[in-house]
Amino acid sequence: MKHKVSTTVNGSRHEHEVESRLLLVHYLRDEVGLTGTHIGCDTSQCGACTILVDGKAVKSCTMFAVQAEGKELTTIEGMAKDGVLHPLQQAFWDEHGLQCGYCTPGFIMAAAYLLSQNPNPTEDEIRRGLEGNLCRCTGYVNIVKSVQAAAKTMGGAKAKTGEQQAATRRA
Amino acid sequence: MAVTTMIGAKIHRREDPRLITGRGRYVDDMKLNGMLHVGFVRSPYGHARIRSIDVTDAAKAPGVVAVYTARDFEGLLQGEMPVTISFVPDKKQPIGWAFIAKDEARYHGEIVAVVLAREKSQAADATALVSVDFEPLPAVVDLDKAVESKSPTAHTGIPDNVAWDMTVGAGDVDAAFADADVVVKQRILQQRLFPIAMEGRAVLVEYVPFDNRLTMWTSSQVPHWVRLCLTLAMGIPESNIRIVAPDVGGGFGSKIHIYPEEYLAAAASKLSGRPIKWTEGRSENLQATHHGRAQIFDIEIAAKKDGTLLGYKVRQYVDTGAYVSVFSSFQCSAYAIAEGAYDLKNVKFQTVGILTNTTPTDAYRGAGRPEATHAIERGIDLVAREIGMDPVEIRRKNFSKFPHSNYLGFAYDTGDYDKALTKALATVGYDAFRQQQKELRAKGRYLGIGLSTWIEVCGFGPSAVTAANEPLALVESSSVRLHPTGSATVYVGTSPHGQGHATTFAQIAADTLGLPYDAIDVRTSDTGDTPFGYGTYGSRSLHVGGSAVLMSCRKVVDKARKLAAHMLEASEEDVAFDQGRFYVKGSPDKAKTMGEVAFAAHRDNLPEGMEHGLEAVTYYDPPDLSWPFGTHICVVEVDPETGAVDLQRYVAIDDCGNVINPMIVEGQVQGGVAQGIAQALFEEVIHDAETGQLRTGTLLDYSIPGTGEIPVIECDRTITPSTTNPLGAKGIGEAGTIAASPAVINAICDALSPLGIKHVDMPASPDRLWKQIQEARAHANGSKEAHQ
Ligand code: FES
Ligand code: FES
Repeated sequence: MKHKVSTTVNGSRHEHEVESRLLLVHYLRDEVGLTGTHIGCDTSQCGACTILVDGKAVKSCTMFAVQAEGKELTTIEGMAKDGVLHPLQQAFWDEHGLQCGYCTPGFIMAAAYLLSQNPNPTEDEIRRGLEGNLCRCTGYVNIVKSVQAAAKTMGGAKAKTGEQQAATRRA
Repeated sequence: MAVTTMIGAKIHRREDPRLITGRGRYVDDMKLNGMLHVGFVRSPYGHARIRSIDVTDAAKAPGVVAVYTARDFEGLLQGEMPVTISFVPDKKQPIGWAFIAKDEARYHGEIVAVVLAREKSQAADATALVSVDFEPLPAVVDLDKAVESKSPTAHTGIPDNVAWDMTVGAGDVDAAFADADVVVKQRILQQRLFPIAMEGRAVLVEYVPFDNRLTMWTSSQVPHWVRLCLTLAMGIPESNIRIVAPDVGGGFGSKIHIYPEEYLAAAASKLSGRPIKWTEGRSENLQATHHGRAQIFDIEIAAKKDGTLLGYKVRQYVDTGAYVSVFSSFQCSAYAIAEGAYDLKNVKFQTVGILTNTTPTDAYRGAGRPEATHAIERGIDLVAREIGMDPVEIRRKNFSKFPHSNYLGFAYDTGDYDKALTKALATVGYDAFRQQQKELRAKGRYLGIGLSTWIEVCGFGPSAVTAANEPLALVESSSVRLHPTGSATVYVGTSPHGQGHATTFAQIAADTLGLPYDAIDVRTSDTGDTPFGYGTYGSRSLHVGGSAVLMSCRKVVDKARKLAAHMLEASEEDVAFDQGRFYVKGSPDKAKTMGEVAFAAHRDNLPEGMEHGLEAVTYYDPPDLSWPFGTHICVVEVDPETGAVDLQRYVAIDDCGNVINPMIVEGQVQGGVAQGIAQALFEEVIHDAETGQLRTGTLLDYSIPGTGEIPVIECDRTITPSTTNPLGAKGIGEAGTIAASPAVINAICDALSPLGIKHVDMPASPDRLWKQIQEARAHANGSKEAHQ
């Protein structure tokens, strides 16, 4: 049986008829057509599929599309605004936080949530905040550096994106 | 060459903007109209006879368009999976590997049937409805048992499980052992590993009938090899096949092999007349994508009391899995660097390839070289312990001095092992650590320090080296084309999967051509426009492929100089080229830029006999291999009550000759070290010893380290340029992995030395260490009681 699901993805409204078993990550990739959210496992270990659901980091392979009814979703495609990279994107670029780039969208989204909750994390807090994500290329050293650099440019609590402000408000 | 401004600079990668904004294009991100999804039915047994296959229910399932078994591919796919056997001259038996199992399945995950359906989920559902009548057969899993004469065989009808058995050696090993004051012996396990690129494999393929054209997008390290293999199997002219490796989410060797799924998807597209897509799931990946390591080393080292190493005997058992995979035998390359950084001329190295009923193994980051390094670096520490010498001192005593040729006669390009060691010791503060260790030991704490003074052989492979075994030269190609308005496109045969070739090669081209970096586009990974190349693996792309780029650029400059001379009305010898400007020596103000020359090359008024255009092609065959090296040092503390290892410091001093982009080099080292640490402490693939079934079948059962498990890796380097390529560069992609596992394990053994523990196998997981600590303590108490 198909179900109607309507969501807001990166600010635009979407309506689809989907099977009840369709995972949110497949919904984003195959129905909405946003392929920046990746799939790296089938047991919810890798975090490649991480997005923000109402401002909170969620592994989108752990949710059904129908559970996203009425929710605001942010994917990697929604991070750069008006032709300007999000500070996390800029930092991953500057600090060589990626190699093959497959894990990167998931890390950036998880880090976005982390910084929304804790604008000035210590190295330890960053490592703990990202422990749900796996990278096979970088050894994590530069990923941690990227998040530290982004926290710095985002000026701690001062500069936050709309989604993050919303998340903090709701939290 | 022009004064360099880009080579050696930390240039941010041009690959990154699309990847950080979600605009990368991996195979699974693409679709074709009318495409079908393929699902593979796989054997759930290690070893089984296929009595019959009933596809009736599957064929009737929703969305299913076709179900194929081995018979359907007959005549469509010729021959068998190819094997590169040149590394193993005395290969015992050729092992046929069919694209799809027909009568017998020989590993858990081997394909027995193929389902095509409109939706991916429908294909997955229908694979479960294919009913295969399997008759389980005895499975071969354990290597020691596999070589016993009464062992069942991994393939019905072959005489034994030995795929190859080869011994190389030099010097007088027996005399060396007879002269020795000490001989240490050790069995060292190299557990089986999953490579786990974060993107699994994926294929999208379209065969167009009547045109007889095939286009395939595949997550591969070697698109040109894929094309070559498909041509041979399908009989479609190479010119009608186009293979594209778009963004590839990591490989680590696991995407070198041309897999059954690639052949079967291509053939299924031809059979069905529809585009076909397959995206590997992770659990499927763990069964179906080749594994790494799976070896046992038995080593013996003979030494004098003063620490001089005299002789070395090694027996390497390689678990090939059910078939000898395309580069599987490359793992024997362990013999090429058996003696590591030490001058040791009496060496005997035996390698035995053993067939088992498990997923085939093949090259995984380092392939043979991490295993060899682990063996010799553990071995030299065991000797040091035996004679009571410091591990630093014994290394210094035995380091090879340059110029140096190893026991097999390979002449190393360059090296200064002591320099890297000295720098690493200073970085870590070795003497201060030893003092601190002593104090803390007195308080019952177990700190240890481990060294790995690694070397590597890479830059495969010059024909001068490979020709002895087979007329094969792993050259790399480039073609450089200047456009009329002064930008350039660089096409290369090698194909990246995260290494940043587009950035590094553009740096080389910009400097050599004297054009702005942004005026250079680098194209890779599409056989439709790039010249033939062997691909990215074995730390070879810069040494061989980067040199090919440099050579083509130089050829372009040579032609441009002729044209500039004509434009400047001077003789060619009088024209200088610097920073992208041609001018008559002595009058640099009147210059023609490379851009102006490019424009002129597309217009009238060329010198007599000169053709239009400004481009060049190079197939670069380096004169010899390169031999990077370095010293890694790891500091650990082991908690004797839990067996947990705390990685306190990790220092990596590496020497890969001249560096094009230091940021990328450092990233390669860090990622490589993480994979070495992963092997040392965390990862292990386990098959059921009786049935051959995969017991670590999901990422839940296999522990890849995360952000919490990998420490800060402190990187620095020494620079000893290579003499075997014009860039002076050596490979760095595998260095970290080659170096790391012995550094970690040596540190653990050092930490536990007060308990009398000499050797620890991998992964040094808390439970394994805890048990070993308990045994050591019980043993110590036992001998204390015995003395009373
Ligand atoms: S795909 Fe969601 S956690 Fe791996
Ligand atoms: S960059 Fe390749 S998996 Fe993280």
